[in-house]
Amino acid sequence: MIEEPSNFTERSFRALADQGLQAALAGLPGGLVKQRSMAKARLPEFEAMRVVARDIRDHTIANLDAYLDVFAERAMAAGSHVHWARDGLEARAIILEICKAAGARLVTKGKSMVSEEIALNDHLVAAGIEVVETDLGEYIVQLRGERPSHIIAPAIHLTEPQVEAEFRRKHAHLPIDRRFADAADLVAEARAVLREKFLAADVGITGANFLVAETGSVVLVTNEGNGDLTAQLPRVHIALASIDKVVPTLEDTAALLRVLARSGTGQDITAYTSYLTGPRHQRDPDGPLASHIVILDNGRSNLLASEFRDALRCIRCGACMNHCPVYNAIGGHAYGGVYAGPIGAVLTPAFSGIAAAHDLPSASTLCGRCEDVCPVKIPLPKLLRRWREAGFAAGATPSRRRLALWAWAYVAKRPKLYRVVTRLAVAALSALGGTRGAFGYLPFAGAWTRSRDFPAPPGRTFQQLFAEQLRRVTR
Amino acid sequence: MTREEMMALIGNRLGFERRGEAARRRLAEARLARPPIHLLPAIACGGGAECVAGFVERVRAHGSDVLELSNIAELPSRIATYLATGGFDLRLAAGCDRRLLDLKWAAAPLELQHGCAVPCRVALSHAFAGVAETGTLVLLSGPDNPGLLAFLPEIHLVAIARESVVASYEEALARVRLASSGTRQLPRALNLVSGASRTGDIGGRIVMGAHGPRRLAVFLYG
Repeated sequence: MIEEPSNFTERSFRALADQGLQAALAGLPGGLVKQRSMAKARLPEFEAMRVVARDIRDHTIANLDAYLDVFAERAMAAGSHVHWARDGLEARAIILEICKAAGARLVTKGKSMVSEEIALNDHLVAAGIEVVETDLGEYIVQLRGERPSHIIAPAIHLTEPQVEAEFRRKHAHLPIDRRFADAADLVAEARAVLREKFLAADVGITGANFLVAETGSVVLVTNEGNGDLTAQLPRVHIALASIDKVVPTLEDTAALLRVLARSGTGQDITAYTSYLTGPRHQRDPDGPLASHIVILDNGRSNLLASEFRDALRCIRCGACMNHCPVYNAIGGHAYGGVYAGPIGAVLTPAFSGIAAAHDLPSASTLCGRCEDVCPVKIPLPKLLRRWREAGFAAGATPSRRRLALWAWAYVAKRPKLYRVVTRLAVAALSALGGTRGAFGYLPFAGAWTRSRDFPAPPGRTFQQLFAEQLRRVTR
Repeated sequence: MTREEMMALIGNRLGFERRGEAARRRLAEARLARPPIHLLPAIACGGGAECVAGFVERVRAHGSDVLELSNIAELPSRIATYLATGGFDLRLAAGCDRRLLDLKWAAAPLELQHGCAVPCRVALSHAFAGVAETGTLVLLSGPDNPGLLAFLPEIHLVAIARESVVASYEEALARVRLASSGTRQLPRALNLVSGASRTGDIGGRIVMGAHGPRRLAVFLYG
């Protein structure tokens, strides 16, 4: 695994220079973004559905303890074991204990971002258990020793030739002359390898898209069907879910499903949505003999009483990443945390502290597309601004930026001074811009002027122009 | 941590609101006792022939085959033709659903293995319901239709009665709730299936048959 720089700026520079990554990201606007807009066009009531989805999430979060308690009650009545974990340490211990008790040597895993949060794979591997990711994208990043770079498309940072190279490196059984004509060939290769693992696994670990309080069910949403093969084939199924995943009723899941896939992949619904309730029944010919549900807080309860509570509405569709100009430029790994893109820039400071992640809320143009496409209307730009304020207040912002902000604030808070300074600056820039009306080079803005000219201001400030207009109108 | 500790932790954080713990519990129980039906899009409303036509159109839209039968007795011969045309095995696995087992398979000619999810290339399930709004099949696991039949084979065949096609997820889920009200518990697996298994994880190109069936064929009868 390549050592990653600890600093966001350096990771971004590396991402921008990475040609493979840039080639892979180039497909985003024409792919997931276009698909979403087509799906939205097919459902005229889509905007109204977003309001419904937001209200369901708000209601649930406002009554979170009650719904979780009912969920636990009903899941246990259905025969599941429910475990509670404050943090990664507790969750890892619970899951390892279940695996050991089951005598597990091979564990298959469905996609779970929460398991990334707690670095579950490393922990199980250290205990001598083989862990195999089964979502194709997750499997590829596991082979490469990487983290997923997108919450629904984990290997979106890789091109087809890179995946082929990885398979040749890691699948020792491949004859040297085996040809992979296209993505379909690569999928067939992965299918054959992973089918063996599915059938041999002792324990299957999945995440949960929703926990249904009404029925005690775990809901899994996939396109590949790997979630079901992970949850329904092995003797033991463990679902790992964070506290915010609970949803009151079956009707509520229906309303959320209507916006989930449309926002994420642009499908009307994914191929598979499964409501799993308890272990195998007495007469059932298949299904796990034991069902465990591990419910993890990991810092989320702190958000409940904070100004970042709206972030808990998130249903992990990935639309904010797909539509973010910054994510589109640098990909997911540059963010450094488990969650990338706008939602990651809100969650990572909450989980790791603003001192460690102060750069992330600034990695945004605040253009607002993320909020426009969020299926549960999370006000992401507002939350990012709040983190910027919190970072400044906590002294996490670098001194050069603080000094610049201080200087700007000093001037901006003194109207007379502001007018004088801006008049001078604008007049000076206009004069320097000369007849060309543009700058080929500007100090502090070399990155901008390297590829384009910076237009010179027209000589008078907005306030001057405004005052002139006002005089003209009142005359 | 224990359940009580988690509840106390969350309760404390929510404590700044006027509603107390007991009030939250009452609110939650009221919603669970009478689940509100949310605003439905036009596509999820209606019924009858229009609903079935929408279902067929949307099943086809996600790349699956739809074969229309006038009667379930036609199922074996139609399946035999379908499999032969595609060059597939004339052997298939199914559960113990009497609606399927009572049909004349040997005459088709097809070999039907039943009882459990035996390793097979072709499997047959009977759907509990269909949802028109997205062309979705509702499958309930159990001895009649083992849940894994929808995921292990390469080709998944699903029989569904026209009368069980409804407009919305809500209607289908309400029917499931009603059907399981006797045991007060859902079947172990309730699978909503909308097309065959697929992935876009390599270079963003959609490839069918990621882990589950490469093909899905729906036999609509009645």
